[in-house]
Amino acid sequence: MSKVINSLYNMRLLDDLARKETSIHKLHPLVKLLTTLIYLIVVVSFGRYEIGSLLPFVFYPVIIFALAELPVAPILKRILIVGPFIIGIGILNPLFDHHTMVLGGIVISRGWITFLSIFIKCGLTVTASILLIATTGMDRLSAALRMLKVPKIFVLQLLLTYRYISVLIEEVARMQRAYSLRAPGEKGIRFGVWGSFAGQLILRTFGRAERVHQSMSLRGFTGEYNTGDITKVSFKDFAYLTAWSLFFIIMRIYNIPILIGSLFTGVIR
Amino acid sequence: MSHHKLEVRSLHFSYPDGHEAVKDMSFTIHHGESVGIIGTNGAGKSTLLMLLMGVLFPDAGEVLVGDVHVTKKTLPMIRQRLGMVFQDPDDQLFMTTVYDDVAFGPRNYKLDEKEVESRVAKALELVGISHLKDRAPFKLSGGEKRSAAIASVLSMEPDVLIMDEPTAALDPKSRRRVISLLKSFEHTKIITSHDLDMVFETCKRIIVIKDGKIAADGTTEEILCNAELLDSCGLELPLSLQNCPLCGTSKG
Repeated sequence: MSKVINSLYNMRLLDDLARKETSIHKLHPLVKLLTTLIYLIVVVSFGRYEIGSLLPFVFYPVIIFALAELPVAPILKRILIVGPFIIGIGILNPLFDHHTMVLGGIVISRGWITFLSIFIKCGLTVTASILLIATTGMDRLSAALRMLKVPKIFVLQLLLTYRYISVLIEEVARMQRAYSLRAPGEKGIRFGVWGSFAGQLILRTFGRAERVHQSMSLRGFTGEYNTGDITKVSFKDFAYLTAWSLFFIIMRIYNIPILIGSLFTGVIR
Repeated sequence: MSHHKLEVRSLHFSYPDGHEAVKDMSFTIHHGESVGIIGTNGAGKSTLLMLLMGVLFPDAGEVLVGDVHVTKKTLPMIRQRLGMVFQDPDDQLFMTTVYDDVAFGPRNYKLDEKEVESRVAKALELVGISHLKDRAPFKLSGGEKRSAAIASVLSMEPDVLIMDEPTAALDPKSRRRVISLLKSFEHTKIITSHDLDMVFETCKRIIVIKDGKIAADGTTEEILCNAELLDSCGLELPLSLQNCPLCGTSKG
């Protein structure tokens, strides 16, 4: 059970990181959101077999890691959480796609190439998203989403889910503790009580949601989430966005690793 | 200062399932008064608070804050004047930092960020948790959470403070701290609780509720020392007024 509670404390790591004050953290949240979006779109837009051209995109997370002074290990751990899902999605590719291709003199199945490309793409996109949260924080991020005219109901849902997930986990932990104390020798929760367990949890959630809403409306909440002052987009922010967008687009159009490679081989010849 | 008056006139409320929670309640609370509302579980205390705050609307009767009726239209104004601290601070602290939580109310009233900042600083200072302002609410201890919840209401600078069980689930020292905090406020205070000793210390007037009706309304000494009355309402004398548990001698 302590595991559940531990994960609760670890969960807020991103929030703690988001309170740092590096040059990246100080950028306008909207700019960071847009940069990340462009990055995601460009990375996803590559074809199934283009692994080589994906490589320069590793630069972006590496540079953010360095400039924002983020600890690599704990963030990598979070990225690894999605590992099993990626494998689940891609693992059948080598079985279905039996065509082979030659890569550096080695013959490999194209299925493995597509699998690898899925793996790299997922890795990069998930990393970029986590970095966005770790350098911006949920509150400022949702302010940026509001600036993009995302309907407030979605933004609010995102924020409150994020905040109350911990309360919900505590509730689950309490219920599970109460269960296990009266069900000695059982591992987990018996299948037969899952229904009432889930039902109980949802009722508690409703009750909680109602009280939270009351406390919000008593403090003047009318549906708009005000997260305080956010400065206007400055020239620096704009330059940041432009520079990265240019970088991504150039990397999308030209296959830089091949260009560099041919440059070298050209010299050798 | 008549505009700080809080008046309840023959209030009736029943829940959709037919349970009559509040029956014909009337009372007036004047500026600066500290009133304890006591009663057994299910007597109607929380429902009454919800009616005062305009979370629920009465079936009959009315609630007046100053000279303004509590209706859907006047709610924003009413809620700025009445600040309510919930029983469970987790219901009230939903932002990612204590600072943002305390700033939540003022920001909703579209105050300018400088004013918000000074109000937050003042509120945190008042409850003595300025050092916690960047912490995440869920990482605080029970007493700290309670203080943060109180600060989140104080930052709205209400005229009337309404508290539901402010000392519930606190350790003795945290409870003591909350009590001295409550005593230091000059606001009009309405406190519901089962902690009769706390009510005894913080309130000058007591309203006893029994089965949705007002069973007694009077000064603290009058009511909290009346063992017979308390007993008939499902309560008992505050512990500090009861006989000594060791030798059994009466304090009275």
